[in-house]
Amino acid sequence: MSNVLVFVQQSEGKISKVTKCSITAATEIKTQIKTQGGAPKIIGACFGPGASAAADEALTFGFDQVYFSEAPELKNYLSVPYSEALLTAASEGGCSIVVSPATTTGKDLMPRVAVGLEAGQASDIIGVNSDGTFKRPMYAGDVIGDVEILTPNKVITVRGTAFAPAEGSGAKGSKSELTVSFNKELMGEFVSYETSASERPELSDAEVIVSGGRALKSSETFMQMMAPLADVFGAAIGASRAAVDSGYAPNDWQVGQTGKVVAPSLYIAVGISGAIQHLAGMKDSKVIVAINKDPEAPIFEIADYGLVADLFEALPQLVEEVKKAKG
Amino acid sequence: MKILVPIKRVPDYEAKIKVKADGSGVETQDIKWIVNPFDEIAVEEALKLKEAGQATEVIVVSIGPEDTTQQLRYTMAMGADSGVLVKTDEYVDSDLASRILVEVFKKGGYGLIIMGKQAIDSDASQTPQLIAARLKVGQACFASKVALEGDSVTVTREVDGGLETIKIKCPCVVSTDLRLNQPRYASLPGIMKAKKKPLEELTLESLGVEAKTKLKVHKMVPPKSRQGGKKVDSVVALVAALKNEAKVI
Repeated sequence: MSNVLVFVQQSEGKISKVTKCSITAATEIKTQIKTQGGAPKIIGACFGPGASAAADEALTFGFDQVYFSEAPELKNYLSVPYSEALLTAASEGGCSIVVSPATTTGKDLMPRVAVGLEAGQASDIIGVNSDGTFKRPMYAGDVIGDVEILTPNKVITVRGTAFAPAEGSGAKGSKSELTVSFNKELMGEFVSYETSASERPELSDAEVIVSGGRALKSSETFMQMMAPLADVFGAAIGASRAAVDSGYAPNDWQVGQTGKVVAPSLYIAVGISGAIQHLAGMKDSKVIVAINKDPEAPIFEIADYGLVADLFEALPQLVEEVKKAKG
Repeated sequence: MKILVPIKRVPDYEAKIKVKADGSGVETQDIKWIVNPFDEIAVEEALKLKEAGQATEVIVVSIGPEDTTQQLRYTMAMGADSGVLVKTDEYVDSDLASRILVEVFKKGGYGLIIMGKQAIDSDASQTPQLIAARLKVGQACFASKVALEGDSVTVTREVDGGLETIKIKCPCVVSTDLRLNQPRYASLPGIMKAKKKPLEELTLESLGVEAKTKLKVHKMVPPKSRQGGKKVDSVVALVAALKNEAKVI
């Protein structure tokens, strides 16, 4: 049996965008297996409060079957019970390939699933090759490797920005509730969750991102300058590692190799010099704008439109001009 | 409690990485090697726990060629008590690393493993979780705060959209994120002392680990370069270009 299982990440019954991108990757993997003579089914699994509703939504993306569980042990994400649930789904569904979005949850969870299946794991893939290998970035994106998983069972995490989100059509499969036996001894305890959510879109979902660097000078001026720009575009706000390290912006706004990897339609880098680590997180954006005082800043080399200017003068003017342009 | 800190030797993060012409790997000739920055944070955290009287001993371990002793000595100069080198010249993937580190862990009676959340060369972010799963213990990845209380550890994790706090029992594996701490520099007396600290050498054979990877990297290529570099001379020109040319306004 070589069916493909997708870990469907959901919140309150809604499937995340990066999951939809992972479904596209899973469909490509299905095609890859077909060319090698297999006929796999695509199976989904979603857990936690709202999983039943999420399973209904998942079915519209063409899954042959979707397993769900709203067991109390799965109320909050914890690596041990979630890996047990996913392994149970893999076993019930006869799946030898498990695909997950490379979110912090997917990154945390999937190696445990890989051990359960004695599978090799390709992390953060950006492409599915017809010869059975996968493309993935290494060395902060300075290298793209073709990686083969040598084991019969395979685990794959997907970089959402590299795949278009799947489009829903009519449902054909069915959902079924999964019974999981949990090792409560090992489970661990969820203590608290502190959200940094705002009215603005999520970084990973945003069409436009405005990102600030250390040149913003302080947390007060960071928000004073960046918030109006974000508002005029309906954009998410990102930050460079330097800005986060200096305490100008919260940790999970960081864009880069070790933060979020984003690829919006428009990325405006303000006062960001363009270290390799930052470029690794945003260079696949469709249009990149850089505003920086230093004409030699490396960010200009990859920016579609560079403006050498003092951001404290340029930004208020930019907000006004965009307002005018938008009418 | 004894703490095991696995560290990886990686190319300096400021080095420009070049792919070999035949795509078989990256050029390593003129590379400056460093301790993976996330692992340095892990060493610092272990040392802090020791200084707070919550840990008795900090042991660093690495897998790699003979030269890797330099990175082990560096972390011993930071303050780690002793080091272990599992010597191999071969490619080690996350899975093989996890199987080696599990055997090292089993030899020592450790209460905690702290290590970086990812190595900045392979960027896989798998080994800590693989170790935890193989040992059938809990894991707390991407830590920005670690508090040891009795036989459990409370960890604040950097997750998408915020911070999550969980509590797990020791022994367990903690992986470190960027802002857990600011690693100290090795002092001169520390460097002198480190030369005399014990450094044990092991091999895959002596640990009984089969030298087999689950991944094979077939070909490496540089990423497609981006055509940028165009400058506009005013905010008005920028907005006009975004509206009329790029059509994103």
